[in-house]
Amino acid sequence: MSVVGNPKIRVRFSKAGKVRFTSHRDVARIWERALRRVELPVAYSEGFSPRPKISYGLALPTGYESAGEYLDVELDREKAESLQLRDGPEGDLRERLNQVLPEGIRVQAIAPLERGGESLQQAVIACTWAIEVDGAGFAEVEVWASGILDAEEILVERERKGKKVTDDVRPLVHSLDVGGSPGDGVQLTAVLGTQPRALRPTELLEARLEGTSGGTYPPLSARSVCRMKQWMLRESQESRESQESRNQTKITQGDARVEPLSVDAGPAALVETRA
Amino acid sequence: MSSLWPELERVLDEVQKPARYIGCEDGMIIPTHHPDKAAWLLIYPDTYEVGLPNQGLQILYEILNERPDAVAERSYAPWTDLAAVLRREGLPLFSLDTHRAAGDFDVLAFNLSAELVYTNLLECLDLAGIPILAADRGPEHPLVLVGGHCSYNPEPLVDFIDAAVLGDGEEVVSEISAVVAAWKAEGRTAREDVHVALAGITGVYVPSLYTADHSDDGPLAGVRPVHPAAPEKVEKRTIADLAEWPYPKNQLVPLTEVVHDRLNVEVFRGCTRGCRFCQAGMITRPVRERPAEQVRTMVADGLRRTGYDEVALTSLSTADFSGIQEVVEDTVSDDACGQVSVSLPSLRVDAFTVGIAAQIQRARRTGLTFAPEAGTWRMRQVINKLISEEDLYGAVESAFSQGWRRVKLYFLTGLPTETDEDTLGIIEMAKNCVEIGRRHQKGASVTVSIGGFVPKPFTPFQWFGQNTEQELHRKVGLLRDAARKARGVQIKWHDTRASVVEGLLSRGDRRLGAVIEDVWRNGGVFQEWGEHFDLELWTDAMARHGMSFEDHVYRHRHEDEALPWDHLSAGLHKDFLWQDWRDALDEVGLEDCRWIPCYDCGACTGYGIEHVVASAVPPAGGSQGTGQGLEHGGGVPVALSARPPREPAEVSS
Repeated sequence: MSVVGNPKIRVRFSKAGKVRFTSHRDVARIWERALRRVELPVAYSEGFSPRPKISYGLALPTGYESAGEYLDVELDREKAESLQLRDGPEGDLRERLNQVLPEGIRVQAIAPLERGGESLQQAVIACTWAIEVDGAGFAEVEVWASGILDAEEILVERERKGKKVTDDVRPLVHSLDVGGSPGDGVQLTAVLGTQPRALRPTELLEARLEGTSGGTYPPLSARSVCRMKQWMLRESQESRESQESRNQTKITQGDARVEPLSVDAGPAALVETRA
Repeated sequence: MSSLWPELERVLDEVQKPARYIGCEDGMIIPTHHPDKAAWLLIYPDTYEVGLPNQGLQILYEILNERPDAVAERSYAPWTDLAAVLRREGLPLFSLDTHRAAGDFDVLAFNLSAELVYTNLLECLDLAGIPILAADRGPEHPLVLVGGHCSYNPEPLVDFIDAAVLGDGEEVVSEISAVVAAWKAEGRTAREDVHVALAGITGVYVPSLYTADHSDDGPLAGVRPVHPAAPEKVEKRTIADLAEWPYPKNQLVPLTEVVHDRLNVEVFRGCTRGCRFCQAGMITRPVRERPAEQVRTMVADGLRRTGYDEVALTSLSTADFSGIQEVVEDTVSDDACGQVSVSLPSLRVDAFTVGIAAQIQRARRTGLTFAPEAGTWRMRQVINKLISEEDLYGAVESAFSQGWRRVKLYFLTGLPTETDEDTLGIIEMAKNCVEIGRRHQKGASVTVSIGGFVPKPFTPFQWFGQNTEQELHRKVGLLRDAARKARGVQIKWHDTRASVVEGLLSRGDRRLGAVIEDVWRNGGVFQEWGEHFDLELWTDAMARHGMSFEDHVYRHRHEDEALPWDHLSAGLHKDFLWQDWRDALDEVGLEDCRWIPCYDCGACTGYGIEHVVASAVPPAGGSQGTGQGLEHGGGVPVALSARPPREPAEVSS
């Protein structure tokens, strides 16, 4: 049961280096301990096994880095007020968290969260990925990328709840850009959708792709993958659009999309409680 | 001497659970290596999840890194997938702290908590690029040491190790560091030089300075020193005052899930309950308590520093800790620590203990575990686990009436003199517990967990011929059949085949080295894991080397027979152990010596240390506290009465 009126905060953080090999569940436990260590008054669920009310965003596959991960934390209203976090400087909490978080996980921004918003997992509809391609030249990757973009459908098989399912993931490929400098490896920048399911960069790289002349493109492999951004729709648009049309929206347009929390979100009062 | 991380990073995507290999724990130390410092690699030869929480390893890690002449890093056995990748890529075993090659260290020190990991020790040495046989190593190779409970009989491992260290490690690691640092300073002369120097340290056994005599290439006649520097008998090390060693000060907090993922605070070391099957209780004597005030500080500071919401107060019987009540009360009422749960990994069986458990488990009352160990009072007198039925049922009643829904009971089978009536008494007991539970809760259930008894060195049962695999299997079968008919009783059991190999290694002599090597060469690693354990590897290896389980495992030992560990000492007089073995066969129990006169087991007198107990009176409680049935002439009601003494049960083949 949710206590009405508990304030929430959204935290944005990066994940890089050795710690990228931790799993989504590992990161959740790391956060629970870090929040206890800074004595943030996190709200707990009721019942036999009280759990801290923290919601984590889209899982980042183990081994990937990220420049934009999120979590939302619900605070215990009474304790948050008595600790006078209300006017506490945002930078201070960020600093304290960074002191207790492991090397490689860094808080970039913290801000109070408006009430009634969607959960992170519902709100985020696409991610921008930076992929360092392994063992393939610029021209080869260019051909592959146009193959992807020209394809009518891209069928990917995966296991879901023990059953093999085949999805067409072409609608989830919003954009692909091939870059990088010669001799420095090929850098692929991809905007990939997350609704109704998230497309992983490696799934796309390994997809079986029929060429126009009947042959198949060889799959690519990645040396490293980094989630650069997560995107949700601008609220003004969101209210106008149905769930279905949202899923089809191409959010490559700069004015249609917004990050859940910008890295340069200005200092804000940490907790805004209703009077 | 550089970090292997860039090479490892490229291959970690290929393996399961790569977070096992990254280090980065809170509390991790990045030491500065220096030619003048002895560089230790502390290795737990099992997976990271099992090894990381080991407190012994963490204690030594901190103590060594505090010393000016030593540095220490850690490693754990890589899972089979990474081991294959390392071999394919030509990469060695590495430390987690700075990802340095194992071969770059001066000392590889293995913590041995269980026999089945022995082949993993060979696997780690081989992955490190070090000859597995000690005789094949030169001055350029690290020294290989073992410590932990299994080092009390290191004979099966002597082909592979340079030294075994007996007892508490807190002080002796410093003495070893000094010897190794000096050997390094002299430019690492011949290995014999450092062996001789190590043999001069109390608690350090250097097997290359001893020889094992066998009569007609058969039974062991004895192990004796062949070098003047080697003592006739190697005594264990014992630290007198736990208060001087408040370690670990910065318990490692792993980034990935491990077993016992919580703060651990050791409240005392040693145990004098005198359970005859329990090696830990015998070899860690005397009892040394940590002052309650220090425990409180370690708990409060530890919770704040780690962010854990659970603390375990560890010892061999935590309800016996003099300050248990105050420490628990303070911990659960400390607001700064938030919603903290306290766990007591070793509960005593009585209502007092349940009362404490109720205090600390206000929420999450799912299961409570007790260890009556045997199903009849007669059997419990034999093993000296003097729990009356009254106490068990009182504890169970108290648990179910206070909201617990499930009770788990630990038992051993294959104990000395055990009859089928004793075995089946386990299920009778469980049925009675279910009946008590159902008075309070409709769905009350009892889980019975069965382990096959493995006799261990330095216990009164060290002379007992272990039950055969077939016999253990038959007993487990009896229990399963009986449990099937008992409502509300679930049963789980330890693989009886694994018990046989544990028995082989726990009391084996030097001849077993060839068997261990054979099993490892045939791919036998992670034998403590059900998915990898393979009895056939062991039976084949035994056959190839002309050895039998009958001789090494199932045979009763004689009073005058040489035991492979007779040249080592856990501080216990052998005649005390023999007398206790005779008492066991006579079904005579022995009370806890903390609060009554001494039995002269040797543990206190030999080291000039008394039991360090804060309270002069025994803890409150039932038969294991003051209400001990024995002193009242057996006044405790016992449902299943004692029978006349008998000889050990016949071992069926």
